[in-house]
Amino acid sequence: MESVIETPRGGFSFELCKRNEALRHAGIKFPNPVKTGTTIAGIVFKDGVILGADTRATEGTVVADKNCAKIHYIAKNIYCCGAGTAADTEYTTEIISSDLELHRLSTGRKPRIATACRLLKQYLYRYQGEIGAYLVLGGVDSTGPHLFTIHAHGSTDKLPYVSMGSGSLAAMAVFEDGFRPNMELEDAKKLVRNAVAGGIFNDLGSGSNIDICVITTEGVDYIRPYDEANIKGVRVGDYTYPRGATAVLETTVRKFEVTSETVKTVESMES
Amino acid sequence: RKMAATTATDGYYQFNGPPFSIIDPRINGQISTSPLTHTLRPMVTGSSVLGLTFEGGVILAADTLGSYGSLARFRSISRLYKINDSTVAAGSGDYADFQYIEKLFEYMNIESDCLCDGHVYTPQSMHSWLTRVMYNRRTKINPLWNTVIIGGYHEEKPFLGSVNSLGVAFQAPTLATGFGSYIAQPLLRDAYEKNQNMNEAEGKELLEKCLRILYYRDGRSWNKYELAVITGSGIEITGPHKLEGNWEVASYVSGYD
Repeated sequence: MESVIETPRGGFSFELCKRNEALRHAGIKFPNPVKTGTTIAGIVFKDGVILGADTRATEGTVVADKNCAKIHYIAKNIYCCGAGTAADTEYTTEIISSDLELHRLSTGRKPRIATACRLLKQYLYRYQGEIGAYLVLGGVDSTGPHLFTIHAHGSTDKLPYVSMGSGSLAAMAVFEDGFRPNMELEDAKKLVRNAVAGGIFNDLGSGSNIDICVITTEGVDYIRPYDEANIKGVRVGDYTYPRGATAVLETTVRKFEVTSETVKTVESMES
Repeated sequence: RKMAATTATDGYYQFNGPPFSIIDPRINGQISTSPLTHTLRPMVTGSSVLGLTFEGGVILAADTLGSYGSLARFRSISRLYKINDSTVAAGSGDYADFQYIEKLFEYMNIESDCLCDGHVYTPQSMHSWLTRVMYNRRTKINPLWNTVIIGGYHEEKPFLGSVNSLGVAFQAPTLATGFGSYIAQPLLRDAYEKNQNMNEAEGKELLEKCLRILYYRDGRSWNKYELAVITGSGIEITGPHKLEGNWEVASYVSGYD
């Protein structure tokens, strides 16, 4: 007996893309995906890695979230900054975090950053760039501190200092000026802060505060916010008028007595 | 006596297109194939230009490369032009258009010299005039494909202004064009905020730093550059200077996963 079983094909189903094109042609307005605009950055310093990010999420030209968290948890010793489509970075990092935890239970070892990198790039490559996740992955494992960038199409780079997002050029300019190998903790924190600040103040897609995450062999220091660079101004004016601001010329008191109360149901005008 | 109609405006080179009859359907009886087109795309281009105001003057910087697409074709050209003793123009974008702008300034100076009345054009007036030229060209859908920075020092006040092919003009204490807006401007702004009154040496050092980082990160930049320092004592165009890169981090890069 032959049964035609449709084995599930892996990868992205592009069927709906045709439908979307047709809808676009018909003039249907599509909602803008929430993008993170973003300046994210990372460096390797003497004791480990430091990741930094701004906190603005944009929906087109509107700021959708003034204080979103772009540094995602992957494992106790591995964190990942995400730029691009907000949902994609959030879910991709969550999925890989889950996979990595299962893997950790299976191996009984502390997870390695290279593993997370492989999982992420193999996942993103499968979707041919349609999952718009641009990541800065960093952490410390048994082989030392490691820092990667991962692009939506699945390419990776392994470097001592990296930046991604619309503010990446401003951040990279700061890194090219100030990065030295084996920096001290406080200098490294300041450098990452300055890089993200460069993006916040010179790129319109980035803004608000600076979050950083310091990962060393001792543990993780997730500092959110590290620098509240854009505090909303305190309202100064008081618009309540004091009694007597308007002169009272005459006072008349009229008492209204309730004589009767009735309840009446009213039919709506439409039949 | 009537003066010859050769005023230093954009009227020097009349871009007369084909006669209107070709495209007028009423004359020809049929609709033309395509509208009139002029400037299509830049050919030989200059990358970023930087400008910075310091205590006592202005410094402009530009590398000496004329790119032909991705080919580093002309590696020793000057993108800085001295207009008069108080003003310098620096151009990025199409180099032929910048040479044309240089010619316009030259003819303007000759005309002014002929009048021989001791009048000197101020940096502000040069910037304003160039803005009118660029805006008019854009309105005729035949732009000069440049972003020009004009730096000057007049009556003990520094001047730094930018004009682009759209006719957008503005002034700021720090300026950068092209890739420089993304990479150098954040660094220039930060340094200027920390110290509004840099001295000449500090200013030169800052611009050199920015040009070096541009050489690292801009795929159409070069490591030879010129500087124009404009102060009360006049204009000093120096160069070409050479930039050395620091590749110490190269040893830390191995593989990609």
